[in-house]
Amino acid sequence: MGGLKFLKQMISVALPKGRLGESVYKLFAEIGYDCPEILENSRKLIFENKENCVRYFWAKPSDVAIYVERGAADIGVAGLDILLEQEPDVFELLDLGLGKCRMAVAGKKGALSSTGKTLRVATKFPNIARNYYSEQSREIEIIKLNGSIELAPIVRLSEVIVDIVETGKTLKENDLEVLEEICDVSARLIANKASFRFKTRQIEDICDKMRHYVSANVKG
Amino acid sequence: MQLSERGSTSLNIINSELRREERAIFVLRELYEQYGYKKYKMSKFEEYDLYLENKSFLPSQQVITFTDLNGKLMALKPDVTLSIAKNVPSSPKEPEKLYYNENVYRTPHGSNECREIMQVGLECLGDVDLYSQCEVIMLACKSLQKLSDDSLMVVSHMGFVSGLLESCCLPRALEEKILKCIGHKNSHEIVRLCGLAGVSSGMREALVALTTLYGTFEETLDKAEKLIKNEKMQNSLMQLRELSNVLSAEECSCMRLDFSVINDLTYYNGLIFQGFIDGVPTAILSGGRYDNLMEKLGKETQAIGFAVYIDQLEHCDVEDECFDTDVLLLYEPNADIAKLTAAVKMLTANGQRVRVQKTRSEKLRYKQLLKLGDGGLEILETND
Repeated sequence: MGGLKFLKQMISVALPKGRLGESVYKLFAEIGYDCPEILENSRKLIFENKENCVRYFWAKPSDVAIYVERGAADIGVAGLDILLEQEPDVFELLDLGLGKCRMAVAGKKGALSSTGKTLRVATKFPNIARNYYSEQSREIEIIKLNGSIELAPIVRLSEVIVDIVETGKTLKENDLEVLEEICDVSARLIANKASFRFKTRQIEDICDKMRHYVSANVKG
Repeated sequence: MQLSERGSTSLNIINSELRREERAIFVLRELYEQYGYKKYKMSKFEEYDLYLENKSFLPSQQVITFTDLNGKLMALKPDVTLSIAKNVPSSPKEPEKLYYNENVYRTPHGSNECREIMQVGLECLGDVDLYSQCEVIMLACKSLQKLSDDSLMVVSHMGFVSGLLESCCLPRALEEKILKCIGHKNSHEIVRLCGLAGVSSGMREALVALTTLYGTFEETLDKAEKLIKNEKMQNSLMQLRELSNVLSAEECSCMRLDFSVINDLTYYNGLIFQGFIDGVPTAILSGGRYDNLMEKLGKETQAIGFAVYIDQLEHCDVEDECFDTDVLLLYEPNADIAKLTAAVKMLTANGQRVRVQKTRSEKLRYKQLLKLGDGGLEILETND
């Protein structure tokens, strides 16, 4: 039973689709969990390497935590923005230091100065925005948008936005600026709470190797 | 003679035809009764006040409420433990050992809809000494083993965790944040928070070590020993050691020490534990020592218990190969009904499930398709 877990079991990994996911896969490959199949352009959804006992699939970045929380993937990589927004019941094992950006309040210059009325906040992250402003006890109205958040203050849909800021270039070009910073965001290695217990050796192995690789590369 | 026959058929049903979650209820009931626990049947409703006063004891905050005929605000039970704890005498002369099998109504994490959740649980209230504590943990282990061949029990001690937090002397809000990080095994955030609050590097390393500690009792107890900062932690570790000494090697082999299992400090004080079985993505069993709740309810007694979330078994069977019926028996509109009845009688007497209808079925899954013709029963199809 519990003690006979020396045989390697298949680990399934949910990767976030897109640029971040590709650099995350490279990280997995560097530490010995490669799966060449994944680099071929095909319509396949799942990629498996039986020798490494690893299986990858691409998921929409905001869905990765759901796959992991519900055990469809044992581990996955998700941005801190997604974790703060969805508060999934998972282990957050490692900060990968990839995909670094900031969660911030942005708007036109001086948008926060009129404190006498309800502040309208447009965002893809209503939970983060609500938590941030409830700490300040400010009356706000949240407007949930699904994209092009920067548009909202320009067309007076809202006074400010709460969104991810990478370089700040889009903001600048549209005459907007970062007004307050909420937190730093980066990609995190997450694990399902049951999988962590049943596949401890392998998940800890991945986590340790990644920790070494990440800290070595930050120094170098 | 007749009785024993009936007994054997009902046993057959338990082994074959019952769904996994139905079987679990029977098996667990038998287990708990074997150790002298008494069934506790309760009403579906409870006054809402009870939950209002103990909101953070509940795993989910939403409670379905309604007004009863006397104008009192009532709630559909989101939890059974509170009701049992409320109803024990304030200083009981003898221990209450109870088990229950009830539906509770709560909102699962990350969902907006309330669900009816089948729960089987066990509570031991009274003077909870080393024996009682070990008995409850052993029954929790056995419960898991009854549900699956591959199970793990993860044990933590709230006193050990809160002892370490107390020795850090942190402001309350930060303490809560760090407790949350421990629950997520998030050591990088602990390092960041400690840096912001100016916590000493020794304390920070102890917190990180506590968060990442995981393994069998044998592997981890000595490592935990090194983290001890005060008497509270000393006593907590002693309880964990006593537990590992009393339980058999076999029972200990499926137990892990893991301080990331945490629960609300205002209700839970001692041992807490969660059970996992292979194929279910969340904890299927959850329990612990809740003397603090008893104190809050004004009872001079101790208590320990756990609940098994039976509904979690529903989706863990990978192969869903069951048939709705063994035989689908077709007959013509002008068939001899007496012959048909005799055929059905014969088939059911052989222990087969028979569904009788005139037309073929698109929806039913059957092992055999039979037809009653002039010459008797003909086999049209076999799906075994």
